[in-house]
Amino acid sequence: MTVNLTLLVVMGVLFSVGVYLLLERSLTRVLLGLMLLTNGANLLILHTSGVPGAAPLHDKSLDGSEYSDPLPQALVLTSIVISLATTAFVLSMIWRSWVLARRDEIQDDLEDRRVAQQSSYDAEDDDAMPQDTSEFDHADARFTPSRHNEEEAAESPGHHRVEKLHRDERRHRHEF
Amino acid sequence: MVPVLLLHGLMALCAPAIVGRAGRSGFYAVALAPLAGFGWLCTQAPRVYHGGGWSTTLQWIPQLEITLSFRMDALSYMMSLLVLGVGALVLAYCARYFKADARDIGQFAAQLVAFAGAMFGLVTADDLMVLFVFWEITSVLSFLLISYSRTKLAARRAALQALIITTAGGLAMLVGLLMLGHAAGTYRISGVLAAAPGMLGSTTVDVAVVLVLAGVVSKSALFPTHFWLPAAMAAPTPVSAYLHAAAMVKAGIYLVARLAPGFAQTQWWLPVTLTLGLGTMVFGGWVALKQYDLKLILAYGTVSQLGFITAVVAFGTADTAMAGMAMVMAHGLFKATLFLSVGIIDHQAGTRDIRRLSGVGRMAPKLFTVSVIGAASMAGLPPLLGFVSKEAVLTAFVEHLPEPLALVALVGVVLGSVLTVGYSARFLWGGFARKSAGFSELDAAPDGQSVISEFTPASWAFLMAPIVLAAATVVLGVFPAPLEAGIEPYRQLFPHAAESHVHLELWHGLTPALGLSVLVIAAGLLLHAARRPVAGFQRRLPALPTGDYVYRRTINVLDIVAVWLTGRTQRGSLMFYLSVILVTAIVVPLVALFWFETPPLAGFRLSDSPAQLVTGIAMVVAALLVLTAGKRFLAVLLVSVTGYGLALTFALHGAPDLALTQMLVETISLVAFVLALRSLPGPLWNRRKAGHRVFRAVFAVVFGVFMMALAVFSISSRGTERISLDMPDMAYEMGHGANVVNVILVDIRAWDTMGEISVLTVAATGIASLIFVKGRGDRLRSERHQLDTRQLQALRGADSAAHSPQAVTQQLEVARRFTSRPDADPFLLAGRTLAPERRSIIFEVITRLLFHTFMLVSLYLLVAGHNDPGGGFAGGLMASLALTLRYLAGGRYELERATPVNAGWMLGAGLAVASLYAVAPVFFGGAVMESYTFEWDMWVFGHVKFVTAVIFDVGVYLIVVGLVLDVLRSLGGRIDERIERSAAEARKQRSGRGSRIRLTRNGRTMSATRSDDPDVPTGSMVSGDEASEVRQ
Repeated sequence: MTVNLTLLVVMGVLFSVGVYLLLERSLTRVLLGLMLLTNGANLLILHTSGVPGAAPLHDKSLDGSEYSDPLPQALVLTSIVISLATTAFVLSMIWRSWVLARRDEIQDDLEDRRVAQQSSYDAEDDDAMPQDTSEFDHADARFTPSRHNEEEAAESPGHHRVEKLHRDERRHRHEF
Repeated sequence: MVPVLLLHGLMALCAPAIVGRAGRSGFYAVALAPLAGFGWLCTQAPRVYHGGGWSTTLQWIPQLEITLSFRMDALSYMMSLLVLGVGALVLAYCARYFKADARDIGQFAAQLVAFAGAMFGLVTADDLMVLFVFWEITSVLSFLLISYSRTKLAARRAALQALIITTAGGLAMLVGLLMLGHAAGTYRISGVLAAAPGMLGSTTVDVAVVLVLAGVVSKSALFPTHFWLPAAMAAPTPVSAYLHAAAMVKAGIYLVARLAPGFAQTQWWLPVTLTLGLGTMVFGGWVALKQYDLKLILAYGTVSQLGFITAVVAFGTADTAMAGMAMVMAHGLFKATLFLSVGIIDHQAGTRDIRRLSGVGRMAPKLFTVSVIGAASMAGLPPLLGFVSKEAVLTAFVEHLPEPLALVALVGVVLGSVLTVGYSARFLWGGFARKSAGFSELDAAPDGQSVISEFTPASWAFLMAPIVLAAATVVLGVFPAPLEAGIEPYRQLFPHAAESHVHLELWHGLTPALGLSVLVIAAGLLLHAARRPVAGFQRRLPALPTGDYVYRRTINVLDIVAVWLTGRTQRGSLMFYLSVILVTAIVVPLVALFWFETPPLAGFRLSDSPAQLVTGIAMVVAALLVLTAGKRFLAVLLVSVTGYGLALTFALHGAPDLALTQMLVETISLVAFVLALRSLPGPLWNRRKAGHRVFRAVFAVVFGVFMMALAVFSISSRGTERISLDMPDMAYEMGHGANVVNVILVDIRAWDTMGEISVLTVAATGIASLIFVKGRGDRLRSERHQLDTRQLQALRGADSAAHSPQAVTQQLEVARRFTSRPDADPFLLAGRTLAPERRSIIFEVITRLLFHTFMLVSLYLLVAGHNDPGGGFAGGLMASLALTLRYLAGGRYELERATPVNAGWMLGAGLAVASLYAVAPVFFGGAVMESYTFEWDMWVFGHVKFVTAVIFDVGVYLIVVGLVLDVLRSLGGRIDERIERSAAEARKQRSGRGSRIRLTRNGRTMSATRSDDPDVPTGSMVSGDEASEVRQ
């Protein structure tokens, strides 16, 4: 199967310009890039159907190979209509972005930035902690805290941590 | 067996209700499920031991040869007795263990009884996959049970740790089981074991067995994954008792016992099980000696015992089979006894720390007796079951003595047993004895010992479960014959079973094993007596990092890596993501293309026709000009040029449907673009720095060139004829349509279209909700009727205001004259609602002329589409174009008038029609989406042929119209409204009234609020109303 230079170059240009615009910050330009990419992709699919023939409307006198290939056409038809929906959806996004922030630019996601700057996961979750020696003490409001637990906590190096845990637990209890 | 499982499942469902209603005593009712199972098992003994067992099979996934098969043989029977018996006792114990006002015990009861059921399923399953499913169910349930105290970080962490470790092992095991099943050609466990002799020596099987053992090691808490078990102490004590004695950790032992007859001879079986088993036994016993928490002493004791039992059961001889299974039963009984006793101590004394317990034995003689029996059985003292089984183990190894492995095992077991006696004594002493004031943290009494700690004696009901278990330990110790009979068929599975000399007996005579027992007990007691020097020695040893520490560091490193990786990859920049995607899109196919061979290039042709060449040049020029376009609309127009050029290319390429559709879509896109962006400023900014621009340019060119290369190579390398050669004939003869593309869409590939119209519906709804924010805005329809009367009157008044002498332009003069005949034109009535300067007379006239024509053509396209260019998409787009005309000429009220139903309804109706069309044939015995043809003669029209696929096209048509209607309503009508409102407000402000004051009547008082909203950006065309919408 030979390659059609016209279709090839047009497709290449549409893809190039489309990608260039797609990497812009301006949402409008991104959308334009998207539309050009769609056109380029449709052209590529059309190109793969080979040399054009008769329109794929059934004719008894024609052999199957004399038609233009109908299958890529069905694919492209689907793509065209979907691209309309996509375009309209992005348009309404642009408009809303304009209404809310008076700009049609793509913003960097601040939350992602924050994660990137975070040094590590909550370290306390992986930290050592003292083991309870009873199920029926402080964590279970039905029993009064044992004297020794408190003392041990006060003496042990992880004192503040234990305190914090207790507070944590009290807060949780409240929530539940 | 299935009814027992169902009973447990049912009880798990009912348990929350039962316990919720009856309180903690509801546990007694819940315990009836395992008790009933236990009772049923007792009646089935003859069937197992004289009938040779039985099996049940239910179909599950026949395609994968996975069946719900269960089998009851001696091994399963003994394990089931243990699982259900201990399960019933533990549940009954819970009824007194929990305080009357404890929370969440309903769920807890459900999980515990489900756990018992899952364990029963595990030990009776006869299918590797079913076994695995139950295995994982016990992991998940143990996670829930351990995390019972949800407010405790320790409990949550321990639960997660147990889950991660056991499921990690479980995954390895799954792979191993799949390999085993694949090698054996069946997933039935009985089948795999039967095939085992033929599978020995194969590397696959060796690897598979090691993987399965990885699962066993993690589940049975063998070194190096032992640490989850002591951490799981955070669970309520009944759970610990059950996990340690009869469930969870015993699952690993069960699997070893199940596979030992077939796979004990594989290459890695003995090295792995003996090393880890004996190592864990000694290690666990050594660590148990260091503990101060009674539960931790027992927990490390369990670790030690599990290593011991694994080593014995895995040894793979008839002698060790008997001894190992006896040990399993003995351990189940005494470990449950001890844990339940610890629970009582904790419950009554408020602590399990042996430094805060003193003299409990004197205050609770019954509890003390029970614990002594349990601990003595653990230590292997006569006349208890622990002694009998340990004697059997020693005998079994002594019998095999010349063998080096037996010698290693014997030494390990003796060493471990000494430690076992040591920590058993520590347990009894720590839990019940009075201790010196120096050791204890309690106050000192006058006699130099610590004071006796507070302890309220427990009730008989509370003591019932440990008493029953202790009694069983004694009875089976004195009369072990039933136990031996129970294990006997399992022993017969091993070679040389007939020559086996190991019997479960209290008195064997003076044997080497007895001598070893005496030695062990003496050494163990000595170890306890010398506990202070031993503790000092332990303290002086260099402290190695604990398993728990290593685990936490590993998880911490994972967390840090995860954050780092997320931070590097999820940078929040769309450009970055797109670049990564595009680079991948370039690199992967390129590598794939040139990796194996570079396909030869085919010939080139310049173009198919001169027209195509000219169109192509126009498209290229337009696309390149987009780059330099500074104005928004210029850029849009240039993009449209490529779109229209594409339509022309389609037409030249023998694709009339595509050309038609592309043309319509391009037009509607253009309108939507103009409507949406009219309120944005004209210039297109480009704030990017030049460096980025160069990068993007290079990137874009590379991508374009790559796509061209890909196209050239893929088109060149096409070697076969296209697959659509038969489609024209198929379409005509089977789809009864001449338009092949349309038949593909509505018949051959109808599912694709179904998916597409779903996407369209979602997109339309998305557009409406982005613009209207609150709902789809369909309720506007109801306001339409007011337009004709009141509103229009007001608008006419406004019209007359336009006659005021201030308006002077000539255009307005014309417009006034045009609107001055209100009654003459019922069509395009709402055009009057537009401001006179926005109306176009010629446009309105053209719309009047064209609207009906367009609608007729659209219907024609819809109906004729099956045979001629057209179809649902083209027809729907044509109708949409007509509606667009009406909107542009007459404004949003005109659009409302022009559509009989609202957009949401239209989308819904379209989907409904399409779905009904898809499903309807099923009711007539056809396939989904099957199309039918009806032919009849009709008076004027002649012979008529109706293909039901047209109905599907009607659905497509409705959805396309609904989509465009939503675009017009949202991007058009709604934005009109905003612009008008903000213009009105701007006028008000200019006329000096400043901000609006809103008066609110509230009862008798009036309050005034400024409606200016500081949140709204200055100069925004929408103000307070929009902002409040956003807030809501």
